[in-house]
Amino acid sequence: MSAAKNINISLQIWRQKNSKEKGKMETYKLNDVSTASSFLEMLDQLNEQLVNERKEPVAFDHDCREGICGMCSLYINGRAHGPDTGITTCQLHMRMFNDGDTIVIEPWRSAAFPVIKDLIVDRTSFDRIQQAGGFVSVNTSGNTIDANATPIPKEDADKAFEAAACIGCGACVATCKNGSAMLFVGAKVSQYALLPQGRVEATARVLNMVRQMDEEGFGNCTNTGACEIECPKGISLENIARMNREFLSASLK
Amino acid sequence: MKLDSKIPEGHISQKWTDYKDHLKLVAPNNRPKIDIIVVGTGLAGASAAASFAEMGYNVKAFCYQDSPRRAHSIAAQGGINAAKNYQNDGDSTFRLFYDTIKGGDYRAREANVHRLAEVSGNIIDQCVAQGVPFARDYGGLLDNRSFGGTQVQRTFYAAGQTGQQLLLGAYSSLSRQIGLGRVDMYNRHEMLELVKVDGKARGIIARNLITGEIERHSAHAVIIASGGYGNVYFLSTNAMGSNVTAGWKIHKQGALFANPCYVQIHPTCIPVHGTNQSKLTLMSESLRNSGRIWVPKKKEDAEAIRAGKLKPTQIAEEDRDYYLERRYPAFGNLVPRDVASRAAKERCDAGFGIEANDTNEGVYLDFSTEIQNKGKQTAYAKGNHNPSQEEITTLGKAWLEEKYGNLFTMYQKITDENPYETPMKIYPAVHYTMGGVWVDYNLQSTIPGCFVAGEANFSDHGANRLGASALMQGLADGYFVLPYTVSNYLADDIRTGKISTDLPEFVEAEKSVKDSINKFLSNNGTKSVDHFHKRLGNIMWNKVGMGRNEQGLKEAIEEIAALKEEFFKDVYVPGNADELNPELEKALRVADFIELGQLMAIDGLQRKESCGGHFREEYQDAEGETLRDDENFKFVGAWEYKGYDIKNEELHKEELKYEFIKIAARNYK
Ligand SMILES: Cc1cc2nc3c(=O)[nH]c(=O)nc-3n(C[C@H](O)[C@H](O)[C@H](O)COP(=O)(O)OP(=O)(O)OC[C@H]3O[C@@H](n4cnc5c(N)ncnc54)[C@H](O)[C@@H]3O)c2cc1C
Ligand code: SF4
Ligand code: FES
Repeated sequence: MSAAKNINISLQIWRQKNSKEKGKMETYKLNDVSTASSFLEMLDQLNEQLVNERKEPVAFDHDCREGICGMCSLYINGRAHGPDTGITTCQLHMRMFNDGDTIVIEPWRSAAFPVIKDLIVDRTSFDRIQQAGGFVSVNTSGNTIDANATPIPKEDADKAFEAAACIGCGACVATCKNGSAMLFVGAKVSQYALLPQGRVEATARVLNMVRQMDEEGFGNCTNTGACEIECPKGISLENIARMNREFLSASLK
Repeated sequence: MKLDSKIPEGHISQKWTDYKDHLKLVAPNNRPKIDIIVVGTGLAGASAAASFAEMGYNVKAFCYQDSPRRAHSIAAQGGINAAKNYQNDGDSTFRLFYDTIKGGDYRAREANVHRLAEVSGNIIDQCVAQGVPFARDYGGLLDNRSFGGTQVQRTFYAAGQTGQQLLLGAYSSLSRQIGLGRVDMYNRHEMLELVKVDGKARGIIARNLITGEIERHSAHAVIIASGGYGNVYFLSTNAMGSNVTAGWKIHKQGALFANPCYVQIHPTCIPVHGTNQSKLTLMSESLRNSGRIWVPKKKEDAEAIRAGKLKPTQIAEEDRDYYLERRYPAFGNLVPRDVASRAAKERCDAGFGIEANDTNEGVYLDFSTEIQNKGKQTAYAKGNHNPSQEEITTLGKAWLEEKYGNLFTMYQKITDENPYETPMKIYPAVHYTMGGVWVDYNLQSTIPGCFVAGEANFSDHGANRLGASALMQGLADGYFVLPYTVSNYLADDIRTGKISTDLPEFVEAEKSVKDSINKFLSNNGTKSVDHFHKRLGNIMWNKVGMGRNEQGLKEAIEEIAALKEEFFKDVYVPGNADELNPELEKALRVADFIELGQLMAIDGLQRKESCGGHFREEYQDAEGETLRDDENFKFVGAWEYKGYDIKNEELHKEELKYEFIKIAARNYK
């Protein structure tokens, strides 16, 4: 392990008061950042400094700080979740940066994710897509059949799990030049398409989710694959292909 | 005030069934006349909101994140228990019930825990029906593993992301109801006050976190499912936003707060790296199935490791102290969390800790034996009966990766060390709170119409929670308990009609919320909210932490009282009330944490015994194990708020009766 040390950095951060006002980049200097700190801990440190200077701290989204809730976002040095692959911003650590670096931090930028304040964007469009069909219509009564009554091939279960691992962070959208949400929606559609429980409503599900996705103003997929590269959970492009197949067969019905 | 737990009569195995059969119902045509508020959309809240909506009630659900899918439940790693006995290793409802009571050091309610064990199997069926992709074996059936404190394999899991998959399951059910227009979902809203009308819970005051607007919401019943309060320690494994505000606000309105001193310290977290640390990361306890925990036998070795002169892999087998296997041969590395945590502290306090920082706190979780064992097994299974050492190691690592890959990656990202090559470093951290709002068998608090579910209540885990049982409890409460008990309560409300938010009670509650916000924003203090939160955390960890004693607790009570005065006088909160203002959000939460912290110390002080997560150093046996005092402390300590000075809170005791389980010393040897 590289031993932790302290570095001095310069930050360029997008500041925007609210969704109506225009935003602009601001520059901040921050000294004595431990390379063992996470990126968000570095922002905490900046905010502590700003509060002590009686300035408004930078608003950014975060909660679990474990790479699982999908709440953190941030476009760092031109990359969604910053300069590393397979991680979220909260898992990015300052050891990835050098003394004297300038780090540029922007919010996700996509028509379907309007800025709320500073680095925080509104991702409720994802929720609405899910509400349009991302579920199995089973009652919550507990009067279902025994869980082992329907064996599921391990391979299918594993694939469904891999698709279900999407954390809904929106990095795929943020990184896509078209602002497409196909990776996210593909992951959801795939999870249920691969499981027997989800098959019954498969047709309606894919049609409804895709319709909602279009209504939310997400762009189209042109197969550039940038989403897969920046996805912190390794959601594969296969899911988009599966969604397209599901969509095609649903449209033909 | 007399506490009535409302536990039904009858044999333990029949109580819930008989009780359910006699609860009052609300007819389907009357349900749309009734409004229910659910605060929190983690496992407990999302499952409850989805269930009520499906039954036909009008539901309003609230969460502070931007989406219900992000509730803290999402972070649970290891798994969820259920007594299905799929592995034919002797599991049963009774055994799950027994393990949970024993694991909780005989400080949980028998009737509640039995009900939990009874519905546990249903939870798995329900989740599978929703499309939750649990791990499966090659025959297509569900796979299980074991967790600390049990000798059967009853834990269902989805890699190291079980909480995520369960929450997404509940979220999908909730989403369906939102889509159908049966749930109004209020994201980025924080409940800041309960509104009582004629003594009953009739609504809440919430702040829209984007616009800052203070809103009034009325309902016939309010369900609090706001999670645990571990962040009172500042550093914990909880999500940064986890807080006690909803629970504390209802406490101030008359709901008793039970067993606040019972905090679970989880044995396998990544040690603290430095002063800027904002939170701690858990490494799932399931790793203890495969990892062996040790520290060097010789102090000089521990010192050399800390100084960076020795690597753990250079310590010979005979120089390693596998202290859990040594002390607890029957359970070994799988002893319950409180036992494992204290044993780690004991070794580190004695000078054998291995972390190279000023705390020296850390022990090893070593996978090398498992790599060899599993590597060999896999080779044999593949028909290779004479594998080379290299083949064994490669196969063993692949086996680990399949089972725990995401956890190993997470560890590596945080520490920059490769756990396949060198043992993980772990140390205990604050994780889960067994205490919470006091509720009766119906999960109703002492305020009529105000129910509390999931980690926010106190009911099922006693003084210590066994692994994989919180997820079980959250879903049990939301899917299978509240729908019955809340309906029973609401049966009397079918003629009440809509509750107006113009009532004076709403006006008053709104004013008090606005006043406290304005007070913070005009305070003109000099120190940040985090400054105070960290100081509170320091007091709590040092004096109300893994080990407590009379003197420390007394000091903590005074120090927190002083901190509270200083906080209200000197905190500086920038920004305005009518905008997104994270510092203001934190200030409101920390105010509640400070008061609760003081109550935790007060509760710990009165409990002159050691049990589970509450280890009073004065009460231990010759071998350093907890010494319970069943004679004098076999009760739930429930506190009643008595005004600004927390020292005035009044203790009420609910005697715990064990009719179906014989109380014994908790022995894992
Ligand atoms: C890292 C980690 C791993 C874990 N692993 C396991 C495991 O393997 N097995 C297991 O059984 N348990 C595990 N647990 C414990 C378990 O995850 C939690 O106890 C459980 O998920 C709590 O669920 P909940 O529904 O009660 O609360 P939460 O999931 O915490 O949900 C709280 C909800 O309340 C909302 N909220 C809070 N306050 C307010 C307010 N004032 N106004 C509006 N909304 C509010 C939040 O937005 C959120 O929606 C783990 C916990 C952690 C931290
Ligand atoms: S597909 Fe990947 S990048 Fe897109 S929302 Fe899901 S986890 Fe994030
Ligand atoms: S804060 Fe939860 S994923 Fe980053």
